[in-house]
Amino acid sequence: MTVFRMPSLGADMESGTLVEWLVRPGDRVKRGDVVAVVETAKGAIEIEVFQDGVVRALIAEPGAVVPVGAPLAEIAAEGAAAEVAPAPPTPQPAVTPPKAPAGPTAAPPPQAGRVRVTPAARRRAAALGIALERLRGTGVDGAICLADLPSPAPPKRVPAGFDPAAMRAAIAAAMSRSKREIPHYYLSETVDVSAALDRLTRINAERDPPARLLPAAILLRAAALAIAATPEVNGWWEDGRFRAADGVHVGWAVALRGGGLIAPAIRDADRLALDPLMAALRDLVQRARGFALRGSELTSASITITNLGERGAASVLPVIHPPQVAMLGIGRIVVRPWVVDGTVQPRQVVTLTLAGDHRATDGHVGGLLLTRLAALLADAERL
Amino acid sequence: MTPSETKRLVAEILAAIAPEADISAVAGDADLREALDLDSIDFLNLVTGLHERTGRPIPEADYPRLFTLDGIAGYFGAAAD
Repeated sequence: MTVFRMPSLGADMESGTLVEWLVRPGDRVKRGDVVAVVETAKGAIEIEVFQDGVVRALIAEPGAVVPVGAPLAEIAAEGAAAEVAPAPPTPQPAVTPPKAPAGPTAAPPPQAGRVRVTPAARRRAAALGIALERLRGTGVDGAICLADLPSPAPPKRVPAGFDPAAMRAAIAAAMSRSKREIPHYYLSETVDVSAALDRLTRINAERDPPARLLPAAILLRAAALAIAATPEVNGWWEDGRFRAADGVHVGWAVALRGGGLIAPAIRDADRLALDPLMAALRDLVQRARGFALRGSELTSASITITNLGERGAASVLPVIHPPQVAMLGIGRIVVRPWVVDGTVQPRQVVTLTLAGDHRATDGHVGGLLLTRLAALLADAERL
Repeated sequence: MTPSETKRLVAEILAAIAPEADISAVAGDADLREALDLDSIDFLNLVTGLHERTGRPIPEADYPRLFTLDGIAGYFGAAAD
């Protein structure tokens, strides 16, 4: 039996509001399953479990403000699934108003009909104005659960409680910590990306719009490969030392139109070819703006990339997102006079920048990353 | 496609891409990317939507003709004739 706790979705997060449960007691869950939605300063985040097992009890009720690390649910390991069948004792919630124990002496008068109902179902029934006594429960021990109730109005992705000021405060906290603790060094390299863009043009000429690639995809592809070749910049500074990441999990900075910024991770980005990377980018940006990210996407990035895009500035000096140790900046692609084989030609160039944490690496390593990235972009047919 | 039909089509497509965008406030000759703060993924999604609704292939070389509402109206109006 393990306790599923409120995860920390950022160095600045102290608590989250449980919006809804997506599982109920008795449900079998696998590592990575989304089990709940939690509202934070970064919007409503889908929270995943990190083990296989069976949901034994939901401890926190929707609406409860739960501190990071406080219990949300109990999950029994797979082998212990049989324990779930008998009615589990009602756990004492740590962070919600205590409920009366289920013992016979304490049965509250309103429950004359002894209707068993999950907290989430009770809440939805109240919201819909449905009398619980008229429902037949299909949950554990005949409890009425969410599945027994009609769905409420279409689920809202942007929670009414999302607060741009809270996101501003979260960014302020993380960036202040970065500038206070991280001795940044900065490197920059302007590279000719004409070959890479020519390749995209040729690919896109044969495709309908839904399948087309953007420059961001090929830039990300090259960056992920360069990062994989430079593991010293890919990881976290923890307890006074560098911890290397187990894969290239690129945090991709997405500007939110209402203000604010979020950098969810594309896991193992170096193992994705151009088309899957493009699909991942589209999906990530859409979900980031719809506030439908998953908790692991907010916590697992091992390095961040900010791509300023076609309407951005020509270059950027990034601020590292702690506890990461590096951040790569990609400026706007511009046409500039460039010397190619001894003659000046108009070429499409981009300025790549790296902010490195000087505690973890020296500029030499950061320079290797930019050199590798430039070489990959020059040999674009292989990307 | 008349200018008002164009505006309606673009508004429908943008409703899924940028729900907070207010297209009614955008002048016909204004660059949609500037006026509505669209990045390249948003613009690709707009092109994808126009492609799916009109069946036109919309090669990349034509993108500059789709930067404004007037441009989009002209682009698809010409095809209907």
